[in-house]
Amino acid sequence: MSENVLRLQDVTMQFGGVVAVNNLSMRVDEGEIVALIGPNGAGKTTAFNCVTGVYEPTNGEIWFQGKRIASNHPSGKMKKLYAGENMGKYRHVVRYTPDRITKMGIARTFQNIRLFKTQSVFENVLIATHLRKTSNPFTATFRINAREERKMREEAMELLRIVGLDAVAEEAATSLPYGKQRRLEIARALATKPKLLLLDEPAAGMNPQETDELGEFIRQIKEHFQLTVFMIEHHMNLVMDISDRIYVIDFGKLIAEGTPARVRDNPEVIQAYLGVDEE
Amino acid sequence: MSTVLPYLLSGISVGGQYALIAIGYTMVYGILRLINFAHGDVFMVAGILMVYLNATGLPLYVTLPLTMVITVIIGFLIERVAYKPLRNAPRMSIMISAIGVSYFLQNMVLYVTGGLNKVYPTIPWISQSVNVFGATTRMVTLITPVLTLILVVLLVLLINHTKVGMAMRAVSKDFETSQLMGVKINSVISTTFVIGSFLAAVGSILYFTNYNTVIQTSGAMPGLKAFVAAVFGGIGSIPGAVVGAFIIGICENLIKGLDLILLKAGVIRQTLDLTTFSDAFTFALLIVILIVKPTGLFGEKTTDKV
Amino acid sequence: MQKGWTVSQKKRPDAATWIAAGIILAVYVAVFVLEQIIPPTTMLFTVLKKGATYALVAVSMNLLNGFTGLFSLGQAGFMLIGAYVYAIFSMSSEVRDRVYQYFDCAIGITLPVIPAILLAGLVAAAFAFLIGLPVLRLKSDYLAIATLGFAEIIRAVFQWKKLGPVTNGSNMLKDYPTFNDFNIVNAEGKVVLYLSTLVPFLIAGVCIAAIVLLINSTYGRSFKAIRDDEVAAEAMGINLARHKQLAFCISSFFAGVGGAMLAMFTNTIQAKSFTSAMTYEILLIVVIGGIGSVTGSCIGSFLFVACSEWWLRFLDQKQYIGTWEVPLLRNGFRLVVFSVIIMVVVLFYRQGLMGMRELPDLFRKKKRSAKPGKEAAQ
Repeated sequence: MSENVLRLQDVTMQFGGVVAVNNLSMRVDEGEIVALIGPNGAGKTTAFNCVTGVYEPTNGEIWFQGKRIASNHPSGKMKKLYAGENMGKYRHVVRYTPDRITKMGIARTFQNIRLFKTQSVFENVLIATHLRKTSNPFTATFRINAREERKMREEAMELLRIVGLDAVAEEAATSLPYGKQRRLEIARALATKPKLLLLDEPAAGMNPQETDELGEFIRQIKEHFQLTVFMIEHHMNLVMDISDRIYVIDFGKLIAEGTPARVRDNPEVIQAYLGVDEE
Repeated sequence: MSTVLPYLLSGISVGGQYALIAIGYTMVYGILRLINFAHGDVFMVAGILMVYLNATGLPLYVTLPLTMVITVIIGFLIERVAYKPLRNAPRMSIMISAIGVSYFLQNMVLYVTGGLNKVYPTIPWISQSVNVFGATTRMVTLITPVLTLILVVLLVLLINHTKVGMAMRAVSKDFETSQLMGVKINSVISTTFVIGSFLAAVGSILYFTNYNTVIQTSGAMPGLKAFVAAVFGGIGSIPGAVVGAFIIGICENLIKGLDLILLKAGVIRQTLDLTTFSDAFTFALLIVILIVKPTGLFGEKTTDKV
Repeated sequence: MQKGWTVSQKKRPDAATWIAAGIILAVYVAVFVLEQIIPPTTMLFTVLKKGATYALVAVSMNLLNGFTGLFSLGQAGFMLIGAYVYAIFSMSSEVRDRVYQYFDCAIGITLPVIPAILLAGLVAAAFAFLIGLPVLRLKSDYLAIATLGFAEIIRAVFQWKKLGPVTNGSNMLKDYPTFNDFNIVNAEGKVVLYLSTLVPFLIAGVCIAAIVLLINSTYGRSFKAIRDDEVAAEAMGINLARHKQLAFCISSFFAGVGGAMLAMFTNTIQAKSFTSAMTYEILLIVVIGGIGSVTGSCIGSFLFVACSEWWLRFLDQKQYIGTWEVPLLRNGFRLVVFSVIIMVVVLFYRQGLMGMRELPDLFRKKKRSAKPGKEAAQ
């Protein structure tokens, strides 16, 4: 039906009295690379966490491929505390846990790399194929479905080859250099076979050369896996280079949107974001 | 009423004793986020110390303070030897260390006593029998709640109005930041253990006067119950621990007498042997509170950051 | 590149795995042979039987604490359930009237040993399922204290007089089949083949093998993922609640089987002996062996049992060197020394004997860089 892969409608996330995301509406269309930018503490990761089911938005709705994946309105104590808008517009309460969201086809990476520390590079990717298993604990334990296990391993190895980490498959994940850990996190997310990939500051801590490579890499995997990409990023060069559209938020509120060129020239963005540049 | 009263009285008394132990748990948890499994055993060791010091023939005005001093030293040493080296280790390691200390203290006492029940010395005046509204009880039953409340008030004053107290509050709010702000973490933690052990020693004097005998496992159950009390009241909160301890002490004793009370009231015809559940009740209460309100009665809410 | 491919994808057993398998086989053969030639009353067999029992329970605890990162202290409770279910259902009907002196036994059927053991595990797992529903949502130390509390509740319930027709109240259960009944006896009542140690080894061995297979399956991998990082695991599509529940039930199943074995070992059981101290003992075994190592838990339990029951026994009696009496030695000193050793391990060798390595890893060249085992525990 709709070509929106992801749509946020009036999403507000309030913790106690603090409004982290304020009435945010946006969409990500099929095949796009969309960036969400804003100063530190603007609520970008919170918005991600609402999409992936880590948080339950206080108000608003989130749709993924024509399916409502989150919907809420202020209730209980929040009714009095609520400082956002559009109260009473949404009646449904829909909530999925992060694992369900991932199964629907949204995968993510984390701002502060969260690899499985005691596992090898290969195992990190292998774990992410678990969600497609058909075996139950009994058949898995006694290898009654050995073909599935073999298929999981093949898929994981194939992915590592595509992202160029096959040579270090047996290394401990944490022994990889920083840039490769980021790449591994993306590979792991891809192993869940997502339609939409959320990247939370994929270039954080990378040097300019690594950042360029990352941009190229994101474009490649997007083509290869026919993904839609939604990312949070601080590196302006990367954002301007690869995104089709950009959303800018400040203090949880959307202040600008549009193509990289338009956003770059928007005076409000320059003031709010580039004016207090931390990078 | 006359059936309920004795149980109620001993409930209040035991509750006060649990409260004194529970404060040690709640303070340590507030600062180190550690369930100090050895705390119940420190309480037991205080009981054993009293037995042995009394056997030397020294007068009470020497043995009582001496018991407290040695208990405090033991509490201090436990922290320095078993917890301090693990300050940056995962929480599970420190908890295992606490279990190890508990195991060590119990075995040490087993070795010293030969695993026999030791008769707790009679302390004059507080062991005296008194009559309250027709129920006979001991002086200690009446003293405990009063003494507990006095000590708690003093403690709260200490925490709210002294420099050490302020440091404690700061550390329990944010360990790293207060360290950066120049709070001497180690001395704050030591103070916590000193206070906790002191109160446990006081509690042990009251508790064992009531129960008459001490053995190496005597500390395990009161310790666990006091911890439950701390969780019930909201871990980290001193008034919470005290309220929780009184509730648990009273409920536990009422359950002990529930069969009798129900029989007299004509609710049941034959005993249900509910006494079996006087210990289990505490844990049932714990599980209910953890599920319904994990932060306890007075606890503060914390959120995890992703 | 090609090498990594074959290792990961096919996962054929390498030489080290074969060596490990050989060692395990040799142990079993040795147990069998020793049992035929050494008098059965030797301390060695007590240690081996109890060691095998504890090994299973320790591995089951490790599955939770070490591999799934759930700090549970309910093991004694599930062992109690297993021990009782086994004893109640394996007891022959003639014996029942004698054992249930004060009650009319409500159980009318007698199961053979193996089905009784399986039932013991299943009932323990069923209890775990019910307990897990509310409790597994709790975090680390709260989970520990809640499971400990449940074990205490179970202990009280089993001693309740009103349940006497089933549990015999707080009285002892006895005269059910024990390890010694596995010995094969000829017509005159003389033992022709001793199996009373080999059988517990076989039961524990089969169970531990199943746990190892589970750990290396896709479910085991997701358990480890949960241990390493819950948030990331959930983001990879792993249903936290279901997988935690699964690990909890499976662990309890084997704790229940272990409880049945303990009942067979001790010949008589009573609910009051399944205290939290028993759970602590098992936890300490897991720590000594290495949190996250099955091999470690097995070695740890035999060492623990051997030290506490046998090797350190001399510390409990007066000893003389020449005519000089060694001081301090008397009843209880063994346990003091023992707890000091444990504290030393806890404080200075936090990896335990094996860290997170397994038996075959000992024969492999160190290929991967050192695993950060200490973070894993959290």
